[in-house]
Amino acid sequence: MSLLAVRSLYAGYGQGDVLHGIDVDVAAGGVTAVLGSNGAGKTTLLRAVTGMVDHRGEVTLQGRRIDKTPTEDIARLGVAHVPEGRGTFVHLTTEENLRLGAYSRRDRPGVAADFDRVYQYFPRLAERRAQQAGTLSGGEQQMLAIGRGLMLRPKLVVMDEPSFGLAPLVVEEIYRILRDVSAAERMGILLVEQNAVIALQLADHACVLETGRVVMSGTAQEVRADESIRRAYLGL
Amino acid sequence: MEEFLHQVVSGLANGGVYASVALALVMIYRATHLVNFAQGEMALCSTYLASALIEAGVPYWLAFSATVGISFAAGMLIERVIIRPAARAPVLSVVIVFIGLMVALNSLASWVFGTTIRTFPSPFPARPPFGNHYIGSHELGVVGVTLGMMLLLYTFFRHTSLGLAMRAVAQNQASSRLVGIRVGRMLALGWGLAAAVGAVAGMMVAPVVFLDPSMMGGVLLYAFAAALLGGIDSPGGAVVGGFVVGVLENVVGAYLIGTELKLTVALALIVGVLVLRPAGLFGSVAATRV
Repeated sequence: MSLLAVRSLYAGYGQGDVLHGIDVDVAAGGVTAVLGSNGAGKTTLLRAVTGMVDHRGEVTLQGRRIDKTPTEDIARLGVAHVPEGRGTFVHLTTEENLRLGAYSRRDRPGVAADFDRVYQYFPRLAERRAQQAGTLSGGEQQMLAIGRGLMLRPKLVVMDEPSFGLAPLVVEEIYRILRDVSAAERMGILLVEQNAVIALQLADHACVLETGRVVMSGTAQEVRADESIRRAYLGL
Repeated sequence: MEEFLHQVVSGLANGGVYASVALALVMIYRATHLVNFAQGEMALCSTYLASALIEAGVPYWLAFSATVGISFAAGMLIERVIIRPAARAPVLSVVIVFIGLMVALNSLASWVFGTTIRTFPSPFPARPPFGNHYIGSHELGVVGVTLGMMLLLYTFFRHTSLGLAMRAVAQNQASSRLVGIRVGRMLALGWGLAAAVGAVAGMMVAPVVFLDPSMMGGVLLYAFAAALLGGIDSPGGAVVGGFVVGVLENVVGAYLIGTELKLTVALALIVGVLVLRPAGLFGSVAATRV
């Protein structure tokens, strides 16, 4: 059974649909990448999964329907959404941002352990722990957003373009850490990314969105090998 | 010199009240990005409630506590019933809702309690403390109550996870939802706290200015000036601003322009701050990188 199963999902912002019947799966411990150009509906897909936009269709987490569940309750079920634009609480410190990630948890020792774990993955955040989060660099804020997600000790992380607006070296660093995280933690990742090359290195499954429809899906190898995908998204 | 000191001290006492109301304004501003024009009238209703309880024979501090508690609940109710349905409306509509609430509460108070001026008891002794000539017991008490309340609020916002969640909601509601914070509940809680703080301010100012339906009009204006001076999004700034405005109002009123024109100080401050330094003394110009 999939960790996350999305079936014929429609979603939009009140003036017609942006998504027209999407099917996506994330296996337990697996990484599914959603690729596509600007405006294909990638961000909307993530927002629909965590109930941030109006949507119809079926979304199930471990067999439990969550398509009518409010966003905050989806988070409490163990879904961490690392949003577009990173969603930093800019006036709060790095540490307070991370503490908010664990807001819905009641197991204090576990939370304390997860602080150490996140600071291990992202030593730069440890250095900046008392600093106002708005003053962190873009890369550090992206790390903070991922760290905030991990503090939930999530079953599923949905991640919106962690490479956005970052220098190639920083993107490399973040994806290296994401690979470590994905290997070490028992959680699924639904990853939206425009940078198809780097996303396909992390993912085991992938699908390609075009104007709100899935035009191709399969294992990461299949998608990488597909001729039209190579031409359109991988620049090969 | 003695006269001057006395003006400063009694200014500090007024300042405590302004600081409290300013703090209530700031708390709601941070969550809604709007000034709650009804804040003064909410405090007015609370004070009338306290007055009714005391007249019914309830001991002062019991009436005080009950009023704070009921005001807290009423503040939450107002958020739920009146403010939330307007949450997605354009800014001007929400401003109109605030003004409507102000007028309605004021009329409600006049209707239920009448417009005659009432006295309101002070919980502090009539004799000045320690036999000094500069500060009365009530004045000292107001400063003490105000500072105590600030300290409580500070501790709550800084050191509890509920306080952290409320600060998070004030900054970024979408991200707050994503970490599982029940945003609606936090907003209601913010209104409850603001109403409770306002209630304390009302009960502290009423013994000085007497209780009538226009009691909070001037206070709200001073508090607004205080909040702006401190920086409309800065709780600490609101407190400092409150005391500064209180002293300034008294001193300028006594020595420069006369007490009849005191309110002008508030208006001049509001205009001055908005023109010269819109972020106020401690208001944050957030550092953000993109």
